[in-house]
Amino acid sequence: MAVAAGRPTGQIQPENPLTAGLERLPVAPTTLVIFGATGDLARRKLLPALYNLAHEGALPERFHLVGVSRKEKAHEDYRAECEEAIRRFSRRKPDEQVLTSLLANVKYIPGTFDQDSVYAELGRVIDDFEKAAGVPLNRAFYLSTAPGFFPVIVEALGRSQLARHENAQVRLIIEKPFGTTLEEARELNRRVLSIFQETQVFRIDHYLGKETVQNMMAFRFANGMFEPLWNRNFIDSVQITAAEDLGIGARADYYDHAGALRDLIQNHMLQLLCHVAMEPPVSFTAEEVRNEKVKVLQAIPQPTAEEIPEMSMRAQYAAGHSGGEDVPGYLEEEGVPEDSNTETYAALRVEVENWRWAGVPFYLRTGKRLARKVTEIAVTLKPVPHLAFSQDGSLGVQPNQLVLTLQPNEGVSLRLGAKIPGTRMIIRPVNMEFLYGTAFLSQSPEAYERLITDAMRGDATLFTRNDEVEAQWRICDPIVSAWTQAPGPLAIYESGSQGPKEADGLLRDGDRWRAI
Amino acid sequence: MPRREAVWSGQGTTPDAIEAALRELLVERHAENDKFVPARVLNMIVFVDRQWTGEIANRLRGVGRYHASRLVVLAHEPLRERLDARVTIASEEDPEAGGLSLLRETVVVELGEHHLDDLLTITAPLVVSDIPTLLWSPHGHHDAVSELLALSQAVLVDSVDEPVPRDALDRACALSGEAYVVDLAWLRSTPWRERVAATFDPPPMRLELRAITNVTVRHHPDSTVAAMLFIGWLASRLDWQVGRLIAHGDALVGEARAGGQDVTLRLEAAPELQVRGLEGLTLETSCGRRLRLDRGPGGLRARARDAAGEEREWTIPGASRGETGVLGEGIRQALLRDPTYVPALKAARAMTS
Repeated sequence: MAVAAGRPTGQIQPENPLTAGLERLPVAPTTLVIFGATGDLARRKLLPALYNLAHEGALPERFHLVGVSRKEKAHEDYRAECEEAIRRFSRRKPDEQVLTSLLANVKYIPGTFDQDSVYAELGRVIDDFEKAAGVPLNRAFYLSTAPGFFPVIVEALGRSQLARHENAQVRLIIEKPFGTTLEEARELNRRVLSIFQETQVFRIDHYLGKETVQNMMAFRFANGMFEPLWNRNFIDSVQITAAEDLGIGARADYYDHAGALRDLIQNHMLQLLCHVAMEPPVSFTAEEVRNEKVKVLQAIPQPTAEEIPEMSMRAQYAAGHSGGEDVPGYLEEEGVPEDSNTETYAALRVEVENWRWAGVPFYLRTGKRLARKVTEIAVTLKPVPHLAFSQDGSLGVQPNQLVLTLQPNEGVSLRLGAKIPGTRMIIRPVNMEFLYGTAFLSQSPEAYERLITDAMRGDATLFTRNDEVEAQWRICDPIVSAWTQAPGPLAIYESGSQGPKEADGLLRDGDRWRAI
Repeated sequence: MPRREAVWSGQGTTPDAIEAALRELLVERHAENDKFVPARVLNMIVFVDRQWTGEIANRLRGVGRYHASRLVVLAHEPLRERLDARVTIASEEDPEAGGLSLLRETVVVELGEHHLDDLLTITAPLVVSDIPTLLWSPHGHHDAVSELLALSQAVLVDSVDEPVPRDALDRACALSGEAYVVDLAWLRSTPWRERVAATFDPPPMRLELRAITNVTVRHHPDSTVAAMLFIGWLASRLDWQVGRLIAHGDALVGEARAGGQDVTLRLEAAPELQVRGLEGLTLETSCGRRLRLDRGPGGLRARARDAAGEEREWTIPGASRGETGVLGEGIRQALLRDPTYVPALKAARAMTS
């Protein structure tokens, strides 16, 4: 008997004429299994996202939820926990009847992730759902656990024959981090792909689920005015910033092992770089979009040991002031070892060595406890070749700068030179601003609502492919290694500041970091 | 945070003075705090009898985030001689640090019968250029609508408002030739259309779309048009040739020709339904499959019989949008384009010929 794994191929399916004009495309009947069902991510993000999808009638016609976790508890107790999490973290107040309806058949399976009996029970529960539904149900296994359990769960799913299903799709959704080094990422890919096919695997980088990131593709590829300028002939540099005003909070355990490079640059910020630098895809299918992103990553040379000090820097925040209050330094944060050399700020200068971008520096920086929270991409154009105006008495003519802000105020601004009213031709920069919030009625859905729906539909466009992950690590891994081998001392920056002065050392002559 | 408003009013005023007041109020708010920014999404012109302005204002207040960015209410009072106006610029909240506070503008113009000849020149200066305009006249006034269509890219109608379904469908057909029609009667059927599309989405089920033999739609007694539009949607998507519906007791019945077979159509009033729209539907296929969907607590109650005769029941979660939710959705839809409405409308109209 044929076994379905990923999308069926080789067989032309009749179209469904009823989907034309619908904003929400149908999602096939699905059982969603969350491993790590009592964890923070499940409670704060996944369960509220599922509730909101249910509220909007956007879940599949047949939908079942199974939670798997170590703690022993009854189905009813888990349902009560789900209810509490949804009430606390949902973006809208729950409708009691919808909530009851969503949670009515939720099942919970306790046990450790290496116990075969857990998977045997899981198989029974899923089969019971299918028998009750009378139709094959797709299966989506969501790994919301510590990364060390990913291969354990994947291999157990394989052993239990749960990674394949007759006449239905089986999908694996994996949360980041996908490895902490290139070697780990490769090993994890190897183990995952020994059980699942790549078309079954959905690696989540929740940045890709944000409307703002998706808007970047619309901005670039739905507006003809930018493409002629979008290359080394007109663009001088690109600066990508992801700044946080907050410290690490209660995440010391995770953060002190990860650091800023792994936490944001290796995944989210390289994704943003790809969106800026990629070629227009032939079509917006998952494969075409991801092919173009991988090409960008492959065009970034892997830094050598000699180059690393020149193209990267790290720092740690010291005590300072944030939001009008005194705040502690990183080493004084609860749970952080007093001799920690983990970076809370990281900056890179990379180049995309291809026809379009050769010679254009891409500056990436991220940090905690900086002056304010902002995520933006600033594209600076080359200055005009000749200036006919005197710059006396003016702020000077500055190159045009296009800034795409992802948060907090999603929008686009363009810096232009304009004449100051008066009798002399004095120019100063002005901003032409467009804010998404002023131009759309709809509220952006939570990234997880979009990503869970896409994974259940089998649309991988907003997920990271195996070669993409490895290409990201290929760039970051030598830096991680170099920083591990030369642990310190790290540069220090005051909390609430613009970041370490040493970051200026990465900039080309004449370039400067934008004010945060 | 409290809602903050800046207000201007004028009696015996002119469109130019109203427009100037709008500009001044915006400049004042921006000078007060540059985080106040005007929303620039959609103009909405509402033509309404003056005595109903309160009711319409209440309905629009409930649409949540789907407010038009500039709302122009033309309040008609036949004997009025003077043009009076009130401009309100409101922000929902003070801008937080680093955040924005959107401003929404409402212009209420009170006008009389003798102003109707100049309706276009009175209204044109009051809408923001270069953003779409949605026109809504909830109590008829077809002449005013005809006049204002020149300013509008979309017209909001509720086909269940017309007492005679044929008139409603004729009117919507006529309007659709001049602007994009957003029909609340159509939007009430969206969850039902989504569910039927989902039921027949698995590839083996798609083949059964050609085997549908019976369609029954249960609807609020005032919402016959919503039921007709639902059947019109099926007919237009599946290439059915529909025949005229005939009254049969409390129901309307008819037939459609679908390829090689006939489809029996039945529209049943459901007097127990408290809200406008559909109460439920039943689809049957020649393979013996039957799907029944009904409104229920927390979502749609589904009852399915498969080809082997086995019956199953379950609930598909979903919250009711309510009438204000449907109106809000109508405003949002003015910025989209649904290519399936007009074919469904034409098929529905064919059922009344």
